[in-house]
Amino acid sequence: MAFVAFGSQTPAKEQGPSKTGRVALFLLLPGLFYLALFFITPLVSLIITSLKAPSATGAIGRYDFGLEFGNYVYAVTQYAPQIFRSFSFAVLATVLALAISYPIAYFIAVKSRNRPLLKGILLTLVVAPFFISFLLRTFAWKQIFSNDSLVVNVLKDIGIFGADSYIIGTNFAVVFGLVYNFIPFMTLPIYANLDRLDLSLVEAGSDLYASPSKTFRKITLPLSLPGIISGTLLTFIPISGDYVVASRDFLGGPDTAMIGNVVEANFLRIQDYPTASAISVMLMATIVVLVSAYVRRSGTDDLL
Amino acid sequence: MKRGLPQDPMLAQLVQMARQHQISRRTALAGVGGTAAALSLASCAAAEETVVAATDLSDSEKVLTWHNWAAYMDEDDDGNYPTLLRFQEQSGITVDYRIEIDDNDTWYAKVKDQLELGQDIGADVACPTTWMAARLRGRGYLQAMDNANMPNKVANLAPGYQGNPDDPDRVYSIPWQGGFAGIGYNKQAYKEATGKDEPATMSDLWAAELKGRVGLLSEMRDTVGLVLLSQGIDIASADSLTEDAFNAALEEIKTQIGSGQIYNVRGNSYLDDLTTGNIIAATAWSGDITVINYESGTDEDPEPFGFVFPESGATLWADEFVVPIGATHKRNVEALIEYYYDPVNAAELALWVNYITPVVGAKEIAAEADPELAENQLIFPNADTLAKSHSFRSLTGPEEQRFSAAWQNLLLGS
Repeated sequence: MAFVAFGSQTPAKEQGPSKTGRVALFLLLPGLFYLALFFITPLVSLIITSLKAPSATGAIGRYDFGLEFGNYVYAVTQYAPQIFRSFSFAVLATVLALAISYPIAYFIAVKSRNRPLLKGILLTLVVAPFFISFLLRTFAWKQIFSNDSLVVNVLKDIGIFGADSYIIGTNFAVVFGLVYNFIPFMTLPIYANLDRLDLSLVEAGSDLYASPSKTFRKITLPLSLPGIISGTLLTFIPISGDYVVASRDFLGGPDTAMIGNVVEANFLRIQDYPTASAISVMLMATIVVLVSAYVRRSGTDDLL
Repeated sequence: MKRGLPQDPMLAQLVQMARQHQISRRTALAGVGGTAAALSLASCAAAEETVVAATDLSDSEKVLTWHNWAAYMDEDDDGNYPTLLRFQEQSGITVDYRIEIDDNDTWYAKVKDQLELGQDIGADVACPTTWMAARLRGRGYLQAMDNANMPNKVANLAPGYQGNPDDPDRVYSIPWQGGFAGIGYNKQAYKEATGKDEPATMSDLWAAELKGRVGLLSEMRDTVGLVLLSQGIDIASADSLTEDAFNAALEEIKTQIGSGQIYNVRGNSYLDDLTTGNIIAATAWSGDITVINYESGTDEDPEPFGFVFPESGATLWADEFVVPIGATHKRNVEALIEYYYDPVNAAELALWVNYITPVVGAKEIAAEADPELAENQLIFPNADTLAKSHSFRSLTGPEEQRFSAAWQNLLLGS
């Protein structure tokens, strides 16, 4: 996605007739090389694979070159529930992450502006989870929520949970894991934006008799919109494709599979590479469409 | 030409099992599709795929890496593997023993690209299940071992495993251990939840009292096999185990998953769910239960977990030593296999891991050490036990693709 966002800017820059143009182009080379090697090549390979037909030998995992557009139809009809679930989870988790992250970011950036020590500590706390592998952190949640755990037993004791209720493997566990893992990605961009918020504008709002909530709605929120947009993009896109949290080996169960798990199962277990590739291609395309519509609607094209 | 079955019931059963895993000429042709074009394509494909076995560096490098499943090796209180340590002392070969296989399919997905190119997969020897070993062999991904270096194996391999037309001398895949899939359960929790001592049928797993506390193995041939057996299907027969029967069994599992009865469907890691109390009962592999009893048992309660055959029967399988095409320590692997085919070592191992040993003579030695354990049906099964266990028939390529897709799609939920 970042590529698309940058893509819209490059032509404008290239039109500049200055001498530095050549140098700039030259400096772009490593980036272009990187793009070609690690983005274009795999993408082309993915598209070719998505159109392959089963081998005439019928052996499992063998495919020949072809133009089987039916792979896409099959992928959509077979995996419609998982596709729907992925995007629902992604939207839900992004909204929840935003609801949790915005106050945190606001507190760090605005309320702690004059207390550098507190600010430093709080920022470290936001980033701290990154010090531990996210696989380990997700495993930790699996332990915390396991059936014999304190959490589940307390919920059962106070009567919220019935005897046969459990957390791991439910939609709740998966969305919880997604929100938890992506909160720093939401908090940091919003923080970076609010940190630059000119407080005199807020003061001007109250001078003009706007209520605090109106000042927030009319001044703070619109000014922090670029931070919110980058935060939501940084969470929504990876969450749509996440396959770890919802996997049956982590917080998921037999009924929580997301698109990433479908791709994994098709690539690794069924050996159905064309379907796996078709789904991957569609996931990319859908995200490109959704995100460009989102960015356009929120009118922040130029801010990205 | 089929040879008659041996007299000994255990061996007879094993012969039948081995035969079911052979892909007959007819099924192979059917898989090819029968058309001349397909055949020529297949031969082209075969020609360009020929990969050459790696050079054996065993003479200069006394090491080997072994990829195996969890709970498959005798272990002392310090976490060492006594039989393996003794092998290292005797042979001077350092063994890097790794628990790398959690599920045949995922293991295959990890290693197949290197195998296809003839590269080293990081293991000199691995122990996939018979059907997976047959797939690897069929694709030319395995090295042939040398019987001359393994006199114990030649002398002691149970006759049931011999006489395979694809591999008459058993040099491509050599049995490591066999076992059953049945029902494993937490004795105390099961009693508390259901009031019964032990589960007796697959439908006991679907009891309302166990809602959300049941695990299933992700190994299709075991979990679906057990359900098929409970529906009265003979999983060894192609006439009985049709695609319709298979799908009917999937429907039953799907209903249970949909109603929240099933907590999770996993590979060997179902043991974690059983030991942490996430689940009360599961489709399980026989020897695993002994191992977790050893790990979690206390003095008051030495065997907190139990293993039973469902009344409708258990599934039977074997895991086999194979040397991948890119492995560079074949001679060392042969020494390892030779060591484990010594009945003394085989008996020690079998008594610990509680799986069926393919080594003739191990039972007699085990009987001297522990006469009671030597009667353990999970290690040295008699005719009655074997009559209650069945192995999943071999599948043609397209069948395997369809069955596997249907099973995996079921596990992705809806």
